[in-house]
Amino acid sequence: MSGITVNTKINGDPVEFICEADETLLDVLRNRLGLTGAKEGCSTGDCGACSVTVDGRLTCSCLVLGAEAEGHNIGTIEGMAHGESLHPLQSKFLEHAALQCGICTPGILVAAKSLLEKNPDPTETEIRFGLAGNLCRCTGYDKIVRAVQDAAKEMRSGKSAKSKATAKKRA
Amino acid sequence: MPLDNAPESKRKFNVVGTRPLRPDGIDKVTGRARFGADASAPGQLVGRILRSPHAHAIIKKIDTSKAEKLAGVKAVITRDDFPDHTGGSGGLYDTLCNVMAREKAFYEGHAVAAVAATSASIARAALKLIKVDYEVLPHVTDVDEAMKPNAPLLHKDMFTDGVDPKPKKPSNVARRFEFGHGDVEEGFKKADIIVERSFKTEAAHQGYIEPHAALASMGPDGSAELWCCTQGHYMVRDVCSQLLGIDIARLRVTQSEIGGGFGGKTTVFIEPVALALARKANRPVKVVMTREEVFKASGPTASTSIDIKIGVTKDGMITAADGTFRYQGGPFQGCSPAEFGGMSAFAQFHLDNVRAVAYDVVANRPKTISYRAPGAPMANFAVESVIEELAHKLGMAPIDFRIKNAAREGTKSSYGPTYGPIGLGATLEAAKNHPHFKAPLGPNQGRGMAAGFWFNFGGQSCVTLNIPIDGSITVSVGSPDIGGSRASMCMMVAEELGIGYDQVRAIIADTSSLGYNDVTDGSRTTFATGMACILAARDAMKKLCARAAATWGIPEDAVTWEKGYAKPAGANAGNFAPLSLKEIAAASPGTGGPIAGHHEYSADGAGVSFATHICDVEIDPETGRSQIVRYTVIQDAGKAVHPSYVEGQFQGGAVQGIGWALNEEYIYGKDGRLQNAGFLDYRIPVCSDLPMIDTQILEIPNPGHPYGVRGVGETSIVPPLAAIANAVADATGVRFTQIPLSPPRVLKGIEEAKKAGGKKAA
Repeated sequence: MSGITVNTKINGDPVEFICEADETLLDVLRNRLGLTGAKEGCSTGDCGACSVTVDGRLTCSCLVLGAEAEGHNIGTIEGMAHGESLHPLQSKFLEHAALQCGICTPGILVAAKSLLEKNPDPTETEIRFGLAGNLCRCTGYDKIVRAVQDAAKEMRSGKSAKSKATAKKRA
Repeated sequence: MPLDNAPESKRKFNVVGTRPLRPDGIDKVTGRARFGADASAPGQLVGRILRSPHAHAIIKKIDTSKAEKLAGVKAVITRDDFPDHTGGSGGLYDTLCNVMAREKAFYEGHAVAAVAATSASIARAALKLIKVDYEVLPHVTDVDEAMKPNAPLLHKDMFTDGVDPKPKKPSNVARRFEFGHGDVEEGFKKADIIVERSFKTEAAHQGYIEPHAALASMGPDGSAELWCCTQGHYMVRDVCSQLLGIDIARLRVTQSEIGGGFGGKTTVFIEPVALALARKANRPVKVVMTREEVFKASGPTASTSIDIKIGVTKDGMITAADGTFRYQGGPFQGCSPAEFGGMSAFAQFHLDNVRAVAYDVVANRPKTISYRAPGAPMANFAVESVIEELAHKLGMAPIDFRIKNAAREGTKSSYGPTYGPIGLGATLEAAKNHPHFKAPLGPNQGRGMAAGFWFNFGGQSCVTLNIPIDGSITVSVGSPDIGGSRASMCMMVAEELGIGYDQVRAIIADTSSLGYNDVTDGSRTTFATGMACILAARDAMKKLCARAAATWGIPEDAVTWEKGYAKPAGANAGNFAPLSLKEIAAASPGTGGPIAGHHEYSADGAGVSFATHICDVEIDPETGRSQIVRYTVIQDAGKAVHPSYVEGQFQGGAVQGIGWALNEEYIYGKDGRLQNAGFLDYRIPVCSDLPMIDTQILEIPNPGHPYGVRGVGETSIVPPLAAIANAVADATGVRFTQIPLSPPRVLKGIEEAKKAGGKKAA
């Protein structure tokens, strides 16, 4: 077995790793780099739990080889919050109780962020189709769609910087 | 010490009923939360399982010699590594047979061997080097076929239980159940209209997004540790240690965050295999199922075949209800939820004459396991479809027909017990008054409804509550949190102690830290473990009052607890300034040491649960595709502790029911192999399939809980199958008796009805 050396950027940081030729980007993130926020739900690109961005484009990391990451910018859930500040989507998911078990949540947040970057003011239908590649078995999606709508509204009004990771109550 | 004994239904709540953020939330939105596959151990190996390609086969010989010689392979195990410590019979033996096949492979995907190796690629290569010599046998996967006298027999020693006299010939029918009261034959004589129909439902998988995962470590001395995603780590500990022949106390199981269960993680699959590999290799081993393995080798729910006959008088009173329920539960007895199906089928009606006969049937499919309200949705689909048809024949609004025959307080239920206060009538009245019920329908649209029931469960819980010197609180519970229960536990403790929610944190303790806790199932956790939290808080409260009494030099019963403070009970007790929880905690090292509350018990009094669902569906007449355009869930929660998560349970259950009704099914080829073992072909609902799911929470207090709480998790999957079938019938004029209502089936039904020139059953 000969390893392949790969140079990439993950969440803005330069990262060098060695992987086997048949390892997926998801395997590398989870097993070599300790970034277990991306989940393996199917390994066939059907569930979206492993969603990351590659040069800003939403991608199932189970469908990309680790070696293919050479020279690209990878974005994962671990890069979504900045310091103590949660991304507005993260805050709104908590406020709206948009997660139950939470296994699909990292992938859905990555997908929702990608959607709002392309379309800051999506309709409900656009949100539903934008997230159609991410399976959630717990929530029935209702509260997820509402959380994305609310986060989009907040981001459009420019209040996002105030979103702190404090556990304050919503009456 | 007098506690607050005010009638709980009139109690004013400070924390319960609000919507605080969940304590595990930040970890879950940042990717930090550690689920089953997210843990690692030093020196860990990768474990993988070889599975039978045959639906039914004798395993003549397994040759592992080549695999053992492959560099990097550290252990290979087969049935020989699982000597029978179970006594050779009963459910535990069946679990052993399912975990690793013994004489026979009973279904495609049945585990036959496993390897532990230094990498995934070596483990995969090793599996290919294991040679299994099979003698392929005839198989059966359909429930009706399995019951035929000439069906391929799975077990030569299976003689139907519950039949008198006991049959002399073996069959695939493990057991017959019968429930009911009155005389159905006499009841049908009084009927003016009788509808009799047969139904079939296909197996659905729980479809949790997280595959089963286990990380095991076990030394030659039998001491072992296991990290896994499960709905019940105490169950995992007890079952694994019994299968492996070690003392229960030697195995410590730590529950990971769990990525969905819905009943599917209430048993063991890979956990004993991971432990046996770890024992043989004397190194930690991690086993994670692939999605294909999840579909082929972890429990779906039963497929069923059901006959229903209901009679009514002209004025709309049901005179008799009779049903036969055949549930296929995979290869082992006692796994299908036939019993619950039969018990729950007619539970929403007030009936003088009712009979439900249920059969537990084995077949060459994966061993089934609970799926949210196990057994009830299929029975409800059949019964509520006939109810709708009867209402139309009577010329009566289906809602009025249901209200007229609804079970109420004092009704003798179809499965035996007499109901206390129940919320069925209230959900039906709320449905009738709901704006959804009166909204106009568009072209090709139809509206359906159904009412459903679930028993709910109490069971064993053990809780410890610790108060450190700053007065913050840790609640240790042993019930895995599968959807936000830690928030509810904190809320109930805060409510009881009269302190803020932010002062309390809940953790899920490992199996060595608390007494036994039942599996998180039966919608029991918020009810039973929640009540244990309340009682542990009361225990702590007594101790806090005792510390205050000692500080003041007055008797303990002269101190009362109010809104987070110990106070003298009255003027006679003395004039002392109240002591806060924080003050008592800060002084605790000098007043007797740490303060903790405990409670352990087996909870009774889980109040039954009812829901009514309304559904609008639009059918594309050219493709037969159904689109849910509006959906409303109305359910009795007793008391909603955290309303957001109660709504979430209503919505999630409804959508699982929608998937089951419209698309989800196990499709078998003639070879007995599953043809759709992946999320592409086994299609669970995606975001764009659905509208918002409206909810209405009703609160009819459960007298069995201090706050009136009823379990809410399961009932919401019961009515959707029938509500959708009734809506499709309303839209198309065709009564479908088989689910899923997939586009080809609906299209065929519509076209056949056109040819027949009118309404018919498909």
